[in-house]
Amino acid sequence: MLATLEGSVTAAVLALTAVGLSLVFGVMRVVNIAHGEFFMLGAVIAYVLTRAISGHPAVGFAVALVVAPVLVGVLAVVADMTILKRLDYDPERTIVATIGLLYIIQQLTLMSYGPDARPVEAPFNTRLALPWFEWGENGLAMYWPWGLSTTSYKLAVIGAAVVLLCGIWAMMARTRIGLVMRATQADRDMAQAFGIPVEKVYAMVFGIGAGLAAMAAVLIVPIQQAHYLMGADPLLLSFIVVIIGGLGSLPGTVVAAILIGLSDGIISVFFSPTLAKILATLLVGLVLVFRPQGLFGTRGV
Amino acid sequence: MPRCRRPILGVAMLRLEAVNSGYGRAQVLRDLSLEVQAGEILCLLGRNGAGKTTTMQTIMGLLPLMSGRISLDGEDIGSLPAHEVPRRGIGYIPQGRRLFAGLTVAQNLEVGLMTRGSGREVLEEVLELFPRLRERMGQKAQTLSGGEQQMLATARALCLRPKALLLDEPTEGLQPSMIEAIRQVIVKLRADGVAILLVEQRVDAVLSVADRVAFIENGRNGEILSAEALRADHSIVDRYVGV
Ligand SMILES: Nc1ncnc2c1ncn2[C@@H]1O[C@H](COP(=O)(O)OP(=O)(O)OP(=O)(O)O)[C@@H](O)[C@H]1O
Ligand SMILES: [Mg+2]
Repeated sequence: MLATLEGSVTAAVLALTAVGLSLVFGVMRVVNIAHGEFFMLGAVIAYVLTRAISGHPAVGFAVALVVAPVLVGVLAVVADMTILKRLDYDPERTIVATIGLLYIIQQLTLMSYGPDARPVEAPFNTRLALPWFEWGENGLAMYWPWGLSTTSYKLAVIGAAVVLLCGIWAMMARTRIGLVMRATQADRDMAQAFGIPVEKVYAMVFGIGAGLAAMAAVLIVPIQQAHYLMGADPLLLSFIVVIIGGLGSLPGTVVAAILIGLSDGIISVFFSPTLAKILATLLVGLVLVFRPQGLFGTRGV
Repeated sequence: MPRCRRPILGVAMLRLEAVNSGYGRAQVLRDLSLEVQAGEILCLLGRNGAGKTTTMQTIMGLLPLMSGRISLDGEDIGSLPAHEVPRRGIGYIPQGRRLFAGLTVAQNLEVGLMTRGSGREVLEEVLELFPRLRERMGQKAQTLSGGEQQMLATARALCLRPKALLLDEPTEGLQPSMIEAIRQVIVKLRADGVAILLVEQRVDAVLSVADRVAFIENGRNGEILSAEALRADHSIVDRYVGV
């Protein structure tokens, strides 16, 4: 059960990151290798902000939760307009370009922020002991001998991710902006032939995708610490999730994130994190062989 | 049967002057000129690969204009970014329909309405023309039958209340009754004063509806004749479209 909870935290953060990647791939057909660096930037900015803002840690954290994704989103929009747009969103050349972006962001962070991993204090961090059978009755007094406990912050991370994912879904399915994004995804030329400013849509999608990664990072940084190389793992896992879930399919991405996140948590606790990664990679291989469009994907990407 | 409703002023609604365009470095259209009046159906005829679809995509701004001028109702639209072109009032019904897959019928129409901020009454008018679509508003576009897809592609373009309409092989793969339905809609739009540029392979279908026919060959202008003249002398059709 503890493993399930740890896994849920991983899954929640992974789902946010992967949905960002999936959105960018789905609408723009751009494989964004620099996605993990947007994640890392979110964490680093959160560290800087919580350091700069005195007072209760919750204040700095709340500011970081809003400001970091916006800053990273703006940076991504600039990268889109200056780099990707000039390449005409060519699938191959944008891969090379985002690899370049990855190293630029990473090295600039190393030069300015340094090589250390630094912690961010959680806004609240009550220890919650978990009663074995009575789910939902979390009391401080109840403490099991084998240390079955979690923190209120971890539960909050899961809650926040669920709210954000519902928000993304509602935006895509229910709003005009979502309609415009889906029309662009379906047929870029026809979207233009019906008055949709495709380049603006692309810039916005790239910004939202990066912002989601940054948001996920801010949520996880009180648990993980900020480090300039921390983007690699989320990038790899996001790719695994996006491939398993079906390229460009949001529900598929979320389901796959839960699958990978939970199994990662459970297997890491009972066996080893390496085994978890091996199994995830194996799963990707199987999916690619037997169901190339992903579990939830439709053909003809 | 009344024929050839001429517009009062005879000013071209849609005009192409010496247009050169193509794909990247591969030029397809060479000094192509066309004129469509309001309330007129001009049919573009030519062999496969002659550049008919390329002409339409160039008008829509989807292909870069190498040189030449395109104007709608007197306004230069050739230099506008692609998404501004339909907002000036051009509806495009592309070859192969190209509906927004994954979106429902209602959402496809919604995109059409958004183009020029058309209101609900426009949607009602359009659904009046295609009552079949009304029953399928919640259905995903890609699950419609071929004929229904063509209706939706047409309806989507009409949602922006076009001054000029581009139809690229609208009857491709349709049964006669469906072709007739599309034909009636086109004729009604002509009566409403819309300038219609129609690409069609089947010559007999063209001759019954077109006012004038323009031939295109290797991206260049061929002859432009009235449909009546063509009905009288069929040989010229064989020269350009040949079997
Ligand atoms: N995306 C493209 N890239 C490069 N060349 C193209 C492209 N699309 C079309 N062409 C070329 O442009 C020329 C004109 O093509 P176009 O599609 O305009 O012909 P068409 O008259 O519409 O033919 P059809 O009757 O078969 O629809 C052809 O030689 C074609 O090979
Ligand atoms: Mg064609």
